Amino acid sequence: MAIRSIAASQIENAVYQAALEANTRLPADIMHALEQAETAESSENGRKVLRLLLENARLAAEQVLPICQDTGVAIVFADVGQEVHLVDGEWESAINRGIAAAYRDGSFRCSMVADPLQRANTGDNTPALIHWQLVPGSRVTITVMPKGFGSENMSRVVMLVPSDGIAGIRSVIIETVKSAGPNACPPLIVGVGIGGTQDHAALLAKKALLRPIGVAHPGAQTALLEQQWLGEINDLGIGPGGFGGNTTALALHIETYATHIAGLPVAVQLGCHALRRSTIIVS
Amino acid sequence: MTDNSKIVQLPLDATIARTLRAGDWVRLQGALLGARDAVHRRLFEAIQQERELPVALMGETIYYVGPCPGRGEKACGSAGPTTSGRMDRYTPALLEKGLLGMIGKGKRSEAVVTAIKDRGAVYFAALGGAGAIYGTRINSIEVVAYPELGPEALFRMEVVDFPAIVAIDSRGCDLYEAGPASFRRDL
Repeated sequence: MAIRSIAASQIENAVYQAALEANTRLPADIMHALEQAETAESSENGRKVLRLLLENARLAAEQVLPICQDTGVAIVFADVGQEVHLVDGEWESAINRGIAAAYRDGSFRCSMVADPLQRANTGDNTPALIHWQLVPGSRVTITVMPKGFGSENMSRVVMLVPSDGIAGIRSVIIETVKSAGPNACPPLIVGVGIGGTQDHAALLAKKALLRPIGVAHPGAQTALLEQQWLGEINDLGIGPGGFGGNTTALALHIETYATHIAGLPVAVQLGCHALRRSTIIVS
Repeated sequence: MTDNSKIVQLPLDATIARTLRAGDWVRLQGALLGARDAVHRRLFEAIQQERELPVALMGETIYYVGPCPGRGEKACGSAGPTTSGRMDRYTPALLEKGLLGMIGKGKRSEAVVTAIKDRGAVYFAALGGAGAIYGTRINSIEVVAYPELGPEALFRMEVVDFPAIVAIDSRGCDLYEAGPASFRRDL
């Protein structure tokens, strides 16, 4: 396959568009899941919360406003085709320029501090947190996921051992959701990463949030666990906003990877009901 | 939203604050302060060192918020609540200085619940993630202190028709405990 040249400005522009879209337009799968939950929820407070959240998402889309004031850490997944050659710039700075411009033009809140100890705001919401992946082909797929810290702070990685088994994984997930309670802005989308290493499990859990609601894991046994644990989470009673109800999570997605004979890393990544993500393909 | 919400004026009347009950939906109107993590730390340190505060807290309501910037004619951008628990270690000292109302999201510590009871205060929950709606309910916003903190500064805001629910009332009743308990199915 021939090498394809892509200009840094094209990457910058894709990141810019995706960041603007993600922060102001709730993905269709999330909207749909909230609408379904509003019909199914038995708590009056819960239904009221869900109606307000739907009204909020419609208002944000109409007026191009941030859905949530926590416009988040800008997480960028960049899947780069191995035939791509970037010209007229550098990958990271192109992505950061796109983020800075989107947060300025969108009037989004800048929430990044340069140093976690000194805590001075960088003023343009950079740096983005970038996850690179080399893929076959000559396209670049950019996904921007602005992640608020109400839900991020409640996420968790636990290094289980093989003897902890499925029961151990289950209790990590249930305990994480329980202790998050209202803080992570339920109804949640629960991403679970199992396997790899400590850091890789966390990334798997985050990537699990990219999968559209309604799409099950391709493995039948894992898909069954997704359904089972989602049901158990909804039995916790936390409900929309944490005020009580049957809709504590809209979905639970599991991603797995090979791991070591001695290990069973488990990461639980909580996505709030305003799980924002937008993808643009550059080719 | 058609509902049976009570209209509650801010600053809160201490007598009315005591009539509010966990689970009551309210619509707040009037003046409040906006503050989050960094301002709380500064206020707490000032109280500990017996320095003068940049604003008197007596009878005030603090909204835990870090708003998006306004755009065009809008005073304020999206401005939903942040997680209240991060303010817990500073809150009893602020209640001691006369703070009467708080608006945020999520549970409070036992020490905060006790201080709320002691002072006859009230903790309202706003809806996390409904920032666009809340931004449209803030009619004015100005920085009162610590402008260098950007979105984390201490703000004075005027709100109108601001939806919230009483999460912890002056008797210490907690919707975050009672609400989920009635929907929980044993695991």
